[in-house]
Amino acid sequence: MEQIEVPRAQVPGHASSARPGGLSAQAAVAVEHLTKRFGDRVAFEDVSFEVGHGEVFGFLGPNGAGKTTTVRTLGTLLAPTSGAATVAGIELRPENGPAIRSRISIMPESPGLYLRLTVVENLECFARLYRLPERRERIERALRTVNLTDRANDLCRSLSKGLRQRTALARALLNDPAVLFLDEPTSGLDPVATREVHELIAALKDDGVTTFLTTHRLEEAERICDRVAILNTTMRLVGRPDELRARLFTTGVEFRLRAALADPAAVLAGVPGVEGWEAQPPSSYRVTVPDPGAAAPELARALVHAGADVLSIGELRHSLEDVYLELVDEDVEAKRG
Amino acid sequence: MSFSWARVAAIFQKELRDYRRNRFVVIFTMSVLPLIFIAVPIVSLFTIKVSVTNAKLETSIGRSLLYLLILPAIIPSVLSAYSVVGEREQGTLEPLLTTPIHSEEFLIGKALAAFLPALAVAYAIFGIFLGAAAAFADPAIVSAVFERNHLLLQLLFTPLLAGWSIWVGIAVSTRVSDLRAAQQLSVFASLPPVAIVALFSFNVITPSLGLALGLAAALLAIDGLAYRIVAAMFDRERLISCTRS
Repeated sequence: MEQIEVPRAQVPGHASSARPGGLSAQAAVAVEHLTKRFGDRVAFEDVSFEVGHGEVFGFLGPNGAGKTTTVRTLGTLLAPTSGAATVAGIELRPENGPAIRSRISIMPESPGLYLRLTVVENLECFARLYRLPERRERIERALRTVNLTDRANDLCRSLSKGLRQRTALARALLNDPAVLFLDEPTSGLDPVATREVHELIAALKDDGVTTFLTTHRLEEAERICDRVAILNTTMRLVGRPDELRARLFTTGVEFRLRAALADPAAVLAGVPGVEGWEAQPPSSYRVTVPDPGAAAPELARALVHAGADVLSIGELRHSLEDVYLELVDEDVEAKRG
Repeated sequence: MSFSWARVAAIFQKELRDYRRNRFVVIFTMSVLPLIFIAVPIVSLFTIKVSVTNAKLETSIGRSLLYLLILPAIIPSVLSAYSVVGEREQGTLEPLLTTPIHSEEFLIGKALAAFLPALAVAYAIFGIFLGAAAAFADPAIVSAVFERNHLLLQLLFTPLLAGWSIWVGIAVSTRVSDLRAAQQLSVFASLPPVAIVALFSFNVITPSLGLALGLAAALLAIDGLAYRIVAAMFDRERLISCTRS
């Protein structure tokens, strides 16, 4: 299975200076040929990628692809079977576990709050576990960040799912993490709560926090991530969403007419740059062109000249979901084959 | 990063807050259970006939005191059985283990949170028993209850039995995936050391200061060993993924 490695995006603070073993010293997270097996079962295999400082990095993949196991491995909860990694500039080794854990935060999919404790008591417990100075100020700041100050003294069991998620996020922010791992942070949230979490992640990015976001929601990844990686036991693809689309799909123009063309081949053949076309019944067409911006006006003119009523015309857009499904379908077919 | 008592204190305080708001702990473990275990000794205290022989009197008092010693074995085993599997069930174990906490800090924090309340309840119940005896029992019975060896056994073995129960409870809690199973197994496994005390209480072993101290030292050593075994059993990978590292 071919792995496509798209060149890194320009990420603030990122420099790819090499260090022994090929790991970047400057990356917030650098992973090289990392593998985790549980007995005979492979959780993930030969995974390599880098996350730059201040980057929002999306980690996508189907259920059982190894996303959560990767996060747990980088968070030193699980020991890798082979490979190397640095997290927050510290080499991933068992003896470095406490040092790494003190510089990162992981917010698991389930908020994992002590429901009989208040919001502030939950945060206080974790602030003490991190041995943070100025605990009260940090807790207040974290609560302000997630807009939860007015619920600080409520028992966690009285909070809605969205508020519990925000409490967990406040807990994850207490230690000013160099890398923040968020595992499905919007899972089960309604659209309003989801938007609030997205806004929080965006605000954290503005503050320079590196975020490693595991998600199933492709539109979420597309909207808030600088780069994404698609994992399906092995790493399938890493890059910016637009780069991934360009790699997997041809560029083109899509148009819709009031009625289907009588002889589309005759109309489209005369347009410069058209490399191919495909009818989308009843009266839409997709045309493959190297430069949609240049081809669209030419196409519009040709269609009008042919007497067609053009309802819409625009660049053919493939979503991250198309990229994802293309890759996952490839894997399913490869397994069948 | 070295061992930190501040992190131990964080776990300890969190546990106490949690107990305080847990009705099962407050009502059953800390109230009903002690009442059950003090009711029988107090009733038997007032039903002992003064005319019985010294040996029979000793046996009756011994039985009452043994009842009181079951308490420091059972209360911490119920509390400590929750320590790991309970965190897992409510999804709090993973966030906890993602902090820089060391296994030893986690275990000692959990153990202290079970040990100190259990010790307080057990000594309070013993105090009530002594108070009831002093106030209402026949002078001959009072003198038997307040006999030096009885007091020594009670005071010495209460923390040691609690210690054993805690480590057994935590060990069970790290290995099972169901809270009820953990509590049943822990209570069951916490009782064998009580049998040694029973031998004293029923005068099968003639109590002496030296023997009591010797057995207490042995139980202390076993408690220390149990802590080391539990610390070795505390495997983050196994706890998170249910597989061995």
